[in-house]
Amino acid sequence: MIPLSYYLLLSGILFVCGVLGFLIKRNIITIFMSIELMLNGVNLSFVAFAAHWQALSGQVFVFFVMVVAAAEAAVGLAIIIAVYRTRETLNVDRVNLLKL
Amino acid sequence: MTPNPYLWLVPILPLAGAAINGFFGRRSSKKAISIIALGFCGAAFALALFLAAGFSSASAPYYFNLAHWLRSGSFQVDFSFYLDQLSLVMLLVVTGVGFLIHIYSVGYMWDDDGYYRFMSYMNLFMFFMLTLVLAKNYLVMFIGWEGVGLASYLLIGFWFTKDSAAAAGKKAFIVNRIGDFGFLIALFLMIKHFGSLDFTRVFAAVQTLPTETAGAGLLTAIGLLLMVGAAGKSAQIPLYVWLPDAMEGPTPVSALIHAATMVTAGVYMVARSSAIFEGAPMAMMVVAIIGTLTALFAATIGIAQTDIKKVLAYSTVSQLGYMFMACGVGAFSAGIFHLMTHAFFKGLLFLAAGSVIHGIGGEQDMRKMGGLRQYMPWTFLTMTIATFAIAGFPPFAGFFSKDEILWKAYSSEYGSWVFWLTGVITAFITSFYMFRLWFLTFFGDYRGTAAQGDAHGHDDHSHGHGHGGPHESPWVMLGPLVVLAFLSLVGGWIGIGGRFEHFLAPVFQSGAAAELAHETSGEAAGTGTETLLMLISVGAAFLGLFLAWTLYFRRPQLPARIATGLGGLYQAVAHKYYIDELYNVLFVKPLIDGSTEILWHGVDQNVIDATVNNSASAARHISDNARHMQSGNLRSYAGWVAAGGAVVIAYMIWMGVWVR
Amino acid sequence: MAGAVNLLVQSHPINSALSLIAVMASLAAEYLLLGAEFVAAVQVIVYAGAIMVLFVITIMLLNAGKEERSKGSRVAILLGVPGVLIGGVLVAWTLLYRSNMQATVPIGALKGDPGDIARLLFHDFLLPFEVTSVLILIAIMGAVVLASRPEAVARGARKDG
Repeated sequence: MIPLSYYLLLSGILFVCGVLGFLIKRNIITIFMSIELMLNGVNLSFVAFAAHWQALSGQVFVFFVMVVAAAEAAVGLAIIIAVYRTRETLNVDRVNLLKL
Repeated sequence: MTPNPYLWLVPILPLAGAAINGFFGRRSSKKAISIIALGFCGAAFALALFLAAGFSSASAPYYFNLAHWLRSGSFQVDFSFYLDQLSLVMLLVVTGVGFLIHIYSVGYMWDDDGYYRFMSYMNLFMFFMLTLVLAKNYLVMFIGWEGVGLASYLLIGFWFTKDSAAAAGKKAFIVNRIGDFGFLIALFLMIKHFGSLDFTRVFAAVQTLPTETAGAGLLTAIGLLLMVGAAGKSAQIPLYVWLPDAMEGPTPVSALIHAATMVTAGVYMVARSSAIFEGAPMAMMVVAIIGTLTALFAATIGIAQTDIKKVLAYSTVSQLGYMFMACGVGAFSAGIFHLMTHAFFKGLLFLAAGSVIHGIGGEQDMRKMGGLRQYMPWTFLTMTIATFAIAGFPPFAGFFSKDEILWKAYSSEYGSWVFWLTGVITAFITSFYMFRLWFLTFFGDYRGTAAQGDAHGHDDHSHGHGHGGPHESPWVMLGPLVVLAFLSLVGGWIGIGGRFEHFLAPVFQSGAAAELAHETSGEAAGTGTETLLMLISVGAAFLGLFLAWTLYFRRPQLPARIATGLGGLYQAVAHKYYIDELYNVLFVKPLIDGSTEILWHGVDQNVIDATVNNSASAARHISDNARHMQSGNLRSYAGWVAAGGAVVIAYMIWMGVWVR
Repeated sequence: MAGAVNLLVQSHPINSALSLIAVMASLAAEYLLLGAEFVAAVQVIVYAGAIMVLFVITIMLLNAGKEERSKGSRVAILLGVPGVLIGGVLVAWTLLYRSNMQATVPIGALKGDPGDIARLLFHDFLLPFEVTSVLILIAIMGAVVLASRPEAVARGARKDG
């Protein structure tokens, strides 16, 4: 019998690591991977709660999250490739096209 | 009360004339303008005569509701007109004298460029004055009240390119406004306590209230505030200062507005509100005191003036003081009687003075006149009649009305011998300065230059005469003079035997009963007294004539010696006791300075402008600093998001944990 | 957890990718422990199998090297890191000390039966399912367009006429 809060704690830690990675890392691909990490953490908490409340729809939702993550990863990587072609760098600080 | 559908036509006719002349006059011929102006004014006069003919005391008063106006809860005001004996007298005076002065103006203003404007304004004035006189409630009267103030401003400043004329117009309107403020507060009090502004309703409500002999109450307040309004409109102390300046306007304006009609509006209003005043003896006392003081005060200024129109202006203020004195001692019908006769002889005096001025090419200074009686015989004759009338010589009109006032001042239950004595002294001074004017203008040698026949002068209108020397005026101007002279002669006879008072008695109901009682007792006790007093006042008039004759005919060098002998006192009187300067220091200058410093610099520039400017610069600074957020750096965006997320989480936890 | 931390620590992206795969594998194990077999299977197939492979391909395609030192964003370091740490600590504290400590999850509690899940998916959640399929379609098209070489697109356009 593992307390629910442990699962949630783990999920939280994963999420925090993801955010930290997003903030600290300079390589844009690594940043994307941190995003995936965040999503995984969230998936874990979904499943944990589904188990706690014996509700199957939690798992279905996890399924959807994964679908979305996949789509987002595909498109994001395509964008990275396009940006790399023009900027020749993967350093996110150099890609400041959003500057006003 | 019987309805009379013609009542509303009387004011509308001159309004139509004013509108037609105002809109189309610029391109019309002078003849067309004159016909329209005279036509509509004359039509109003004819209608007034028709109404008078059909007037019967049995079916009086007449009324007519033209249209709804205000409906607010239980308070309502309509455009209603009213004709009773008092309004009838005023109506005839206004339309009659007004019509005569219109005829005169045709001649006087013919050569002026703004002729159509002048006739339009004159008709407009008639409209407002008639609205005032024929109103059935205080609000419609107030329309007329304000409107005549407006017309007065327009006409005083008629030659608006002249600074002094424009300033005089402004002064008249502003001082009037101060009086109107008092009037308005009185109206508000009436609305609050009586729920209506209609004459019949207000007076009926007033009758139910006790007479305030013990102390001041609602009626006293209303009465005093109404008096403030009347003081402004009818140039009493302390709001008389505009009237002498108003002489900047053309002479017909002075005759019509500032002698015969507009300034009498205050007297009419006080007489109309007699029920209110009789319920507030303290207010009546104030009215009488103000009237008496003004009469004496203005008369003393009149004796030192050198401009012929200024003398007449101060004379008007003084005579209006008599009327207010009459109202203040409860002799309302005597006041109205004097109003009527005053309209005749003062109107005549002004018109004749205008004729003199016209005849000598615009000169108004009496020191440059003299000996004009051989050049202008008709003007001389009519002016003589008017002078004797105003001085109070029998059998002229002024004698009857002035004597009536003096007798009532002495004998009425509100009066006292102090009022009477001041009135007699003022009568003496009036006689003196009027005859001084008469002698200076028409007797002796002509002190002006022959070239003045062609010269421009104060009036600022040139004549194409090219005559040398003074000349008589054309008949279009002399005609009204003759008619008014006739009225000044016989106009007083209507008061013999108390017929006039009897005619007006139904209007002054409550007062009439008391007066009647007192009359009989007074009659019984003092017919002898009355005759004695009458003789004294006539004697005062003769004394004035004698003094003027001595100083200005027999020994013309004497006045100058007296003036230098009196030194400072004479200077003070000649400079109108420096009242204008006093007002300037007390009121005008602080107001202007206050407005400039506090309101303009302080509020407008430093607060309002500053707010706008500072908010603009604040916006600029904020956005200058906020722009650093948009750096294009992905990680800083993420940093902001994370920080914000943390704040939200913290808040939610705090809410969930602590607020439980 | 170790994998997550390692992801942060590593400087070469390929190392980070590998540690991420390790994280996902361990997560799949966790799901199994909870009794969600289907989810665990999908996690391995989709996440670890497809998405991470995609990442690795991209890293190799773009020849991503060690991360260089460059000027970071002050705001991110100053504000974000403390912020997220504080947030995390708050959540953890809430979970550990304020929530119901007795809530437990037995091992293998869930009925992670694929049949039941399928029933739910195609019955109650049919609309989201269809929408997500459209979403994937759009993602594919977008990825193709974005990642293609510009000349290839032009050649393709010219070829068509």
